[in-house]
Amino acid sequence: MKAFDYVRATSVEEACAALAARPGARFLGGGTNLVDLMKLGVEQPVALVDVGRLPLDAVEELPDGSLRVGAMDRNSDLAAHPAVRDRYPALSQALLAGASGQLRNAATTGGNLLQRTRCPYFQDVSKPCNKRVPGSGCGARDGVHHDHAVLGTSDHCIATHPSDMAVALAALDAKVELYGPGGAREVAAAEFHRLPGDHPEQDTEIRPGELITGVVLPAATGGLPSLYRKARDRASYAFALASVAAMLQVTDGVVERAGIAFGALAHRPWRARVAEEALVGAAPTAAAFERAVDLELSAARPLRDNAYKVPLARSLALDVLTRLAEPART
Amino acid sequence: MGDSQHLQGERGGASASRHRTDTTLRVNGKPHQLTLDHRRTLLDVVREDLGLYGAKKGCDHGQCGACTVLVDGRRVNSCLLLAVTLDGSEVTTVEGLTGEGPTGDGEQPHPLQQAFLDRDAFQCGYCTPGQICSAIGALAEAAAGHPSRVTDPRAPSGRAVPLDRDEIRERLSGNLCRCGAYPRIVDAVEDVIA
Repeated sequence: MKAFDYVRATSVEEACAALAARPGARFLGGGTNLVDLMKLGVEQPVALVDVGRLPLDAVEELPDGSLRVGAMDRNSDLAAHPAVRDRYPALSQALLAGASGQLRNAATTGGNLLQRTRCPYFQDVSKPCNKRVPGSGCGARDGVHHDHAVLGTSDHCIATHPSDMAVALAALDAKVELYGPGGAREVAAAEFHRLPGDHPEQDTEIRPGELITGVVLPAATGGLPSLYRKARDRASYAFALASVAAMLQVTDGVVERAGIAFGALAHRPWRARVAEEALVGAAPTAAAFERAVDLELSAARPLRDNAYKVPLARSLALDVLTRLAEPART
Repeated sequence: MGDSQHLQGERGGASASRHRTDTTLRVNGKPHQLTLDHRRTLLDVVREDLGLYGAKKGCDHGQCGACTVLVDGRRVNSCLLLAVTLDGSEVTTVEGLTGEGPTGDGEQPHPLQQAFLDRDAFQCGYCTPGQICSAIGALAEAAAGHPSRVTDPRAPSGRAVPLDRDEIRERLSGNLCRCGAYPRIVDAVEDVIA
């Protein structure tokens, strides 16, 4: 690992100024991904601006009924927060489905969103990877791609985003709060991560110098039935092969509101807008769920070794939607 | 030769001070004033600087849990924590778990250490300090009402979560045992709950 400067920030403004003053610096939150990438040589920051002790670890109920989560709240604390468990159960479940107890105690809300893909070609500096070194090629497309994306890929990148939490945030219409040289702004969680296109080196819509300060869960989705389900190679402590977060509001036998997002299928949490549109106004029947999910997944373009993800994601989504429509059985 | 000159240059003068910071860590109750290269992880500091060899370097990437210690009472992977970030923190390694025995010799094992012995909850023992520190952290989390993936979602928030074998297995899934002593590790943790 290369030597680097270290600064501990005590305010958001100070953190952003410290980063701006050091070209090539990175913010450090819990470090569970960044420190690992530094060991691997994937990240070589000249300086770390430690934001882990910023006073951004509160979970507050706002006057409009929404819930604001500070960017430095630890994943374990967020998953255990009573308001999250009671009103946004899919978020608590997604957090608890990710990583291990030790990692969740260190990992932050902001860092979870900014974690990088676990594509083995990205993590190995001896291999080509357009995300790590633009223009170097994609080793995964014709290589080992069992875990890779089936939706929204480009010729340049087939990586998936590894977060469970971000999938729930996308389904629940959460917003990501940012602060940077241009001031404060918000981005919808479902739009925060990008598709790879011609620039797979850009994971998110974050602008240079910006810091995630929090996440807001809207009042409108609070208290709606929601679930997260994840399939993986072992029973615990593994990244998803496919996952789904969904919320469903059924009124008088008709779907009034639906939020569905897939994990591990794309370069970002895949908000299933096509399926949602097909469901809203329909009766929540098995046939309606199948039609909606199949419409969404018809866009999938699997590669040689990851076609299994499409029926896997379909099964997960149908199970979750069926359980949400019949609360007595959940 | 060019490299060694470069390294020597980095050790002296302004560039070296940019890459080191004075840091205070309390480890197993004892304060330590250290001048730390920013690259050093907590795991390397406790093992190489403080001579505490209980926490193990397994994968060094947060995947195996052998390096698990408690920082301010919470279990963490010490291989992924830069020690400089922990200034002022209280660190407990497996060596810090033993208590005063009846004779005041400081060698009374923690009840969980005794349970691991009683249940023969290891073969090679390499993962054991991490398993024990992780289990202590997990028990505290459950007592504080933290749910796990297998906790019934209808369980009331904020109340201690009772731990059955499924809960113990899930909560300790961040600690790998390549000898496969898992059933006896679960037995040992159950012993201290009962």
